[in-house]
Amino acid sequence: MSKLALAGVTCRFGSVTAVENLALALAPGEFVSLLGPSGCGKTTTLRMIAGFLNPTAGTISMDGEVISSPSGSLPPEKRNMSMIFQSYAIWPNMTVAENVAFGLEVRRRPRSEIRARVDAILGVVRLAALRDRYPAELSGGQQQRVALARAIVVQPSVLLLDEPLSNLDANLREEMRYEIRRLHDEFHITTVYVTHDQAEAMVTSDRIAVMNQGHIEQADDPRALYARPRTRFVAGFIGRTNLLEGEVRGSEVVFDHFAIALAAFARPDALRGRVAFSLRPQSIHLLRSRPPAADGVCTFAGHVAQRAYLGEHWDYLVRPEESALQLRVTARPHEVFEVNERVWLELNPAQLAPLE
Amino acid sequence: MNLVRWRHVDKSVFLWTLVAMVLLALVVNPLLRLLWASVHDPATGGVTLAHYVTAYGRWRYVEALVNSLVLGLAVGAVCIVFGVPMAWAVSRTDMPGKGLVWASVLGTFILPSYLAAVAWILLAGPNAGWLNRGYVWLTGAAAGPFNIYSMTGLVLVIAASSFPYMFVFTRSALDLISSEMEDAATTLGAGVLRTTLRVTLPLTLPAVLAAFIVEFLEAIALFGAPALIALPGRFQVMTTMLWQFFEFPPRVEVAAAYAMPLVAITVLLFWLQQRIIARKGYVALTGKGGERRLLRLGRWRWPLLAYCLLIASISFFLPMVVVLQAAFAKAWGRGLSLDNVTLRNLRFVVVDQPITRAATVHTFVYGAVAAALALGLALAIAYIVRRRLVPLGRALSYVAMAPFVIPGIVLAIGFYAAYTSPPLVLYGTAWILILAFTTRFLPIAYANSDAALRSLNPELEDAVRILGGSRVLALRRVVGPLLKRGLAGAFILVFIPATRELSAAIFLYTTGTQVLSVLLFDKSDEGNFEYLSAIGLILVVVTVALVLAGFRVVGRDFMLRRTSA
Repeated sequence: MSKLALAGVTCRFGSVTAVENLALALAPGEFVSLLGPSGCGKTTTLRMIAGFLNPTAGTISMDGEVISSPSGSLPPEKRNMSMIFQSYAIWPNMTVAENVAFGLEVRRRPRSEIRARVDAILGVVRLAALRDRYPAELSGGQQQRVALARAIVVQPSVLLLDEPLSNLDANLREEMRYEIRRLHDEFHITTVYVTHDQAEAMVTSDRIAVMNQGHIEQADDPRALYARPRTRFVAGFIGRTNLLEGEVRGSEVVFDHFAIALAAFARPDALRGRVAFSLRPQSIHLLRSRPPAADGVCTFAGHVAQRAYLGEHWDYLVRPEESALQLRVTARPHEVFEVNERVWLELNPAQLAPLE
Repeated sequence: MNLVRWRHVDKSVFLWTLVAMVLLALVVNPLLRLLWASVHDPATGGVTLAHYVTAYGRWRYVEALVNSLVLGLAVGAVCIVFGVPMAWAVSRTDMPGKGLVWASVLGTFILPSYLAAVAWILLAGPNAGWLNRGYVWLTGAAAGPFNIYSMTGLVLVIAASSFPYMFVFTRSALDLISSEMEDAATTLGAGVLRTTLRVTLPLTLPAVLAAFIVEFLEAIALFGAPALIALPGRFQVMTTMLWQFFEFPPRVEVAAAYAMPLVAITVLLFWLQQRIIARKGYVALTGKGGERRLLRLGRWRWPLLAYCLLIASISFFLPMVVVLQAAFAKAWGRGLSLDNVTLRNLRFVVVDQPITRAATVHTFVYGAVAAALALGLALAIAYIVRRRLVPLGRALSYVAMAPFVIPGIVLAIGFYAAYTSPPLVLYGTAWILILAFTTRFLPIAYANSDAALRSLNPELEDAVRILGGSRVLALRRVVGPLLKRGLAGAFILVFIPATRELSAAIFLYTTGTQVLSVLLFDKSDEGNFEYLSAIGLILVVVTVALVLAGFRVVGRDFMLRRTSA
C-alpha cells in the first residue's frame, strides 16, 4: 500500500486552475521531488498534502485513509507530518533547542525523553554546540539545519520540503543537497520535496515528478528522466537538449536534410507519421573525417556555426549540411574545431528519445 | 476508507461575526444614524430635506463653511512655507543644528493644537500678549500690532502646530531622491539654485500635494483651536458652528445635515490624496535612494538655520516657554520672577479640585481602555484579513479604516445620534467617550497591527500547525511574543491622541465624565490661563514620557509609522 496517494487532485483559485487532476503515489520511505518552473503548482500541491489548502476535487490519502477531500480535510496539526519551509520558519523568539523541542512538547512526551531526543538530533545535524543560541545568531545554513532537526525529531509519517535551499548561497546549497539525502538515508522518512532546481532534485530524490501548468508531465527516477524524457517540456526542463522533428517515410525517418534508417531506432514500430525526438548534446560526436560505417551509428556532414570554450567542455553549434537546424554538441576540451570548419557528426539513434 | 467529515467546527466564523458586529456598532451604525438624522422628519416619520434648508438657509451658516475652506487653504499654503524649506534643509544640505530642528518638529507633534492656541493667546493676545507688550516696550507705541483673535491668527496657530505633516511627507520624499538626479542636471550646466528649483523640489511635488491635503483636512476638522480663537474673534468656522447647533437644546438633525459637506469634502480629498500617492509617474519616489550627498551651502548655512529656528520658535519653543511660565505662575502677566512662581496651579488641577482630579483620572483611564480596545479589535481584523480566515475579509478592513476619513466632530455627532436613545443608551456614561475614542483611532491601531502582522511570515504559524500545534497555540507561543514590541508602540500611538482628544469629547461628555481636554476648553471661558496651562502641561509631560517609553521599547522611528497608514 502507498504511504501517500494523490488521486485526481485539483485546486482552483477563482478562475485560475493551479493544480489539475494530479495523481501520484509514494511508497513508504520513498523520496519524491516535485520539480517544475515557478507557477507550475508544485507548492500548491505540497500545501494541499500538508492540509493548509483544501483540494477543489480529488482526494489525498495517507496509509489508505482519506485526509483531504473537497468536503473536508484533516487539519495540518492532526496529520503527523512535518514541513520545512522556504523561509525556514524558525521561531525567532525561541532558542535552537526550544525550536527543536516544540513538536515533542506538543506531543506531550516526557521531559527526559524530549531532552534526549533533542540532543540526539542536534548531534545528527551538527548543531549540538549551538543549542542555546537564538536563530538571529545563526548563519543561513545553520538555520536550515535547525529546520531539518525540528522537522525530523518528531518522526513524522511524511516529511514535506518547500524549496528549502532557495535562500542559501550556491556552495552551501550544494552541500545541503547531500545533507538532505544523508538524513533521508538515515531515517527513511517518506518525503515530498518541492524545488525548481533540477540538480537538487537529482541529488536528493528516488523519483522526480516534473510538473508543468498544474499537472505532472512525467514521474521517473533521475536517470530515466534524463535519458528518456517523454515530453518536450521534460526534455527541455531537465538538462539541455536538441529537439529534432521529422517524418517517417518508408524505411527512413527524414529530418531537415538528413535521414536515419528506421531500423536503427530502439523501437521502430512505435514510430509513424510526424515524430519528435530529444537528443542530448553529449550524444553527438564530432569528427574531422568521415568515420567508417558501423552498425547502429549514423553519420552526416555539417559546419561549425558557433563555439564556446567553457573550461570543462566545448559547446558547439553545428549546422548539418544544407539544413536550417543548429545542433548543440558538447565536446571534450581537446576536441577543437574552428568556426566554419567542415565536420562529421556521429550519433547513435538509440539515444534519440521519442517525445509525445 | 472513511471520509474525514469531522472538520473542526471553524471557530474563525464566530470571531468574524463578533468583529463584524462590533464594527457595525462602532463605525457603521453612527454614520448611518447621522445620515438618517439629516433626512429624517420626526413629525411625519418620512424623508425630508428641511434640515439641509435650515442648515444652509442663513448666510451666517454658509459663511462659516466658506471660512473653513479659506482656513484650510491658507493653512495648507502656510505649511508649505514652513515645512518644505525645513525639510529640504534637514534632508539635503549641510546646515548645522539639524538635531535641534528635528527635536522641535517632534515637540510640535506632541503639543496639542488647542494648547498651542492657548499659548498663542498668551503671546499675541491684544494688549496683554507678550509680543504686544514687548513691542510697546521697544517702540513706545500705544498698543501692539498683534491680534491673535483673527483669521490670520487662527491660520498661523493651526499651521504652526500642524506643519510637521508637511515636514515629514516632504522629507521622506527628499530622502529618496538620489544625488544622481541632481548630478544629471549639474552636468548639463545647471547651477545649484536651478537644480534645486527645477529638479529636486518638483520631484517632491506629489508628496507636498499629499501633505497639503492632509493639512487642509486637519485644519477644517479641528475644533479646539478655532473655538479658542475664532469665537472671541467673532467669526465662525464649520466646527464651531456645529458646536453651536449642539447648544441646548441640541439640534442633532441640523448638525447632521450641516456636517454632510464636511464628510463629502474629506472623503473626496482623501481619495484624491491616495491617487496622488499611488501615481507611479515619479519613479524617483518609488525606487531606493541610490547615492546621496549633502549640498554644501557655505555661508548660506546660517540664514537657513535662522529661518528654521524661527519656524521652530513659532511652532514649539515660544509656545512651550509661555505655557511653562503660566503653569507655574501666580499670575502669568507678572512675568518671570521667583516670587511669581508657584506649584499651586498644578496642585489645584491634580489634587485639590475634585472635578479636575477626576478629569485627570478619566483622561488616562479612558485613553488606556480605548487604546486597548482599538488594538484588540484592530489586531483581530488584521489577523482575519491577512490570514484570509473568512471570505469578504477585505470588507472588514475597509470599515476599520473608514474613521480615518471621518472628522472627529462628525463621528461624535454620529455617536450622539446613535446612542442617546434606546435600544442602546450610552450617552451619559463613560463608554460613549471610550467607544468614540476607540473608533476614532481604530485606523491608527489597524494600520500598525496590519504592518506588524505583515512583517510576520505566515510560515511561522504554519510551522506550528504542521508540528501538531493549533492556531491558538501558534498565536500564544509565536505570534504574541513576536508582535509584543510592535503592539506596544501601536498602543502608545493610540493612547497619546486619545488622551488629548477634544473634538469628539466635547460633544459626548456629561458631568462626571469630563476629561482634561474638555476641562481645558471649559475653563478658557473664565480666562484663567494659569490653570489652562497647568492642564496642558500635564498632558504634554505624560505624552513626552510615553514617547520616550516608545523610543525605548520600539525604536526611534515609531512616531512616524502612523503616517504610513
